[in-house]
Amino acid sequence: MSEIVVNARDVTKVYKMGEFDVHALRGVSLDIARSEVVSIMGPSGSGKSTLMNVLGCLDRPTDGEYLLDGEKVENLSDDQLSSIRNRKVGFVFQSFNLLPRQTALTNVVLPLRYAGVNNQEAHERAMAALEKVGLGDRIKHRPNELSGGQQQRVAIARSLVNDPAVILADEPTGALDSKSGQEIMELLLKMNEEQGTTLIFVTHDPRIAAMTQRTIHLKDGLVEEDGL
Amino acid sequence: MKIFQIILEALDSLIANKMRSGLTMLGIVIGVAAVIAMMAIGAGVQNSITGQIEGIGTNLIFVSSGNQQQDVRNPKPLTLADADALADPLAAPSILAVAPSVGTNQEVSAGRESSRISVTGVTPAYANVANETIAEGEFISQEWLQGRSAVAVIGPDTAERLFGYSVGTIGETIRIAGTPYRVVGVLEAKGGSGFGSQDDRVLIPLTTAQSRLIQRNVRDSVDSIQVQAVNSESVAAATEEISQILRTRHHTEVGIDDFTLFSQDSILNIAQSITGILTVFLGGIAGISLLVGGIGIMNIMLVSVTERTREIGLRKAVGARKRDILVQFLTESMLLSLLGGLVGILLAVALAYGIGAIAAASGTPIDPSITLSAVLLATLFSMSVGLLFGIYPANRAANLQPVEALRYE
Repeated sequence: MSEIVVNARDVTKVYKMGEFDVHALRGVSLDIARSEVVSIMGPSGSGKSTLMNVLGCLDRPTDGEYLLDGEKVENLSDDQLSSIRNRKVGFVFQSFNLLPRQTALTNVVLPLRYAGVNNQEAHERAMAALEKVGLGDRIKHRPNELSGGQQQRVAIARSLVNDPAVILADEPTGALDSKSGQEIMELLLKMNEEQGTTLIFVTHDPRIAAMTQRTIHLKDGLVEEDGL
Repeated sequence: MKIFQIILEALDSLIANKMRSGLTMLGIVIGVAAVIAMMAIGAGVQNSITGQIEGIGTNLIFVSSGNQQQDVRNPKPLTLADADALADPLAAPSILAVAPSVGTNQEVSAGRESSRISVTGVTPAYANVANETIAEGEFISQEWLQGRSAVAVIGPDTAERLFGYSVGTIGETIRIAGTPYRVVGVLEAKGGSGFGSQDDRVLIPLTTAQSRLIQRNVRDSVDSIQVQAVNSESVAAATEEISQILRTRHHTEVGIDDFTLFSQDSILNIAQSITGILTVFLGGIAGISLLVGGIGIMNIMLVSVTERTREIGLRKAVGARKRDILVQFLTESMLLSLLGGLVGILLAVALAYGIGAIAAASGTPIDPSITLSAVLLATLFSMSVGLLFGIYPANRAANLQPVEALRYE
């Protein structure tokens, strides 16, 4: 097996809800290799969103170990987590999450600005990313001037622009019609083929899971089945 | 991120909500305008009062009878002889000139016009000491003083009042308490207003006043003596010399003077401290509106943070640190208040001159002065208002957890 990018050992996550503890993850262990395409499935309440938050460094695990691209994550501060997300993780959300008043280009530039990349280089890289997703002629458009599929392409360009170790896609086709959903899936898979980007899909859509090499089923905060 | 970009982005987001940003700014605009305008008017009042006090003369010490702070048995009145003693250059080298005077309000009439006007008996030295210049004719001379002549020098407003014109009244006759006096001179207008116009008065020889007009118990007594020091440095020395001479002449007990000295400086100081307090008071009240404006900013920024929770979550997801978010929101609130402050300064200029014009029209001219320091202060103050009231909302934004922020609907 090639180099491991995602390495989670006995990851647990406990939320306090008033007086009760909610065990969202009860000990998840996962290895995902570079350039792998993985889907994480499970019914609602299975902990797949929590797992995505932990894998994406949006949240710390309560217990267990997590190495992302060789960096320990579990004890980092908020700002250190920001920095790791900035360098190693790209997000594609169901609802795109673009800044509505900014153009496609500035939306894609955003992660580079927080990375401290200088303006000119940031713009060049953002342009390149937008061209890769086929929006080279739409860079000055604002999200409300773009179709859903195009908006998701901008989001993909934004997730790619920092050359991350892993892209986490949370129901990336959930807000799209089936045709543009299909196109988005194809685009993401093409990025994997061309650039070797590691892809993790979080979904409950079996059609998406069918397009990935490996599907991890979660249930009640545990890995029920890992199609390794 | 570069400062320039941060400011541009903040401007962009303020422009996106024009109405809201404008109304929020209005609070600061009004606050800053009120503070600067009030300070300008305060400074104007101070200048005009200071100017009036300085118009009385320079380096003056006012000597009056009695002691306001202590009970003194049988205080002796000031007399012409006291004044002569003070004028002795050997005994009092710091004293340049001495001008004793008596004064009351009298019925002054000319033809059918009649009015109660301040009448002061003075010596020729009074012209220099009190900074009076003659527009027409001449001032009261030594001969008229010695001759107890029935002559009068009148102020320009008095001439206007009694004769209807201020030029060419020399040789006319006015009646003071029924007695005719010949007008020998008209004073130059001093302008100003407030306590007792300097331009509406009648001056007659001191001796004439003492013998004919103003009867006092003690012969030769005068109401007050104005002493002019040689220069501003010698005011203190002159004060000491006056005290020494008068104590000796009045045989006062040690530590209990039967006269009171009051220097022009101390009047100036009092006036300045009163107007200073007034300015601070007005500015403070105006400052409250600035405070209210600041609360408005805080309110709007809190709304904005809530509205943009998802945006904050996204920014954090792609790598924004706490500081980035903090700076972003602080820049917005400071930009709001700074822009408000700049508009406020413009409004303040209009406001100050508007009030100045109204004051001038109603006869009490105030020349509002907007100083650079007031403008800088207001700019700085409005920015710090933005900073102060922006900190809480910005901090709230910066501390949002990305997971929760992204989930926010």
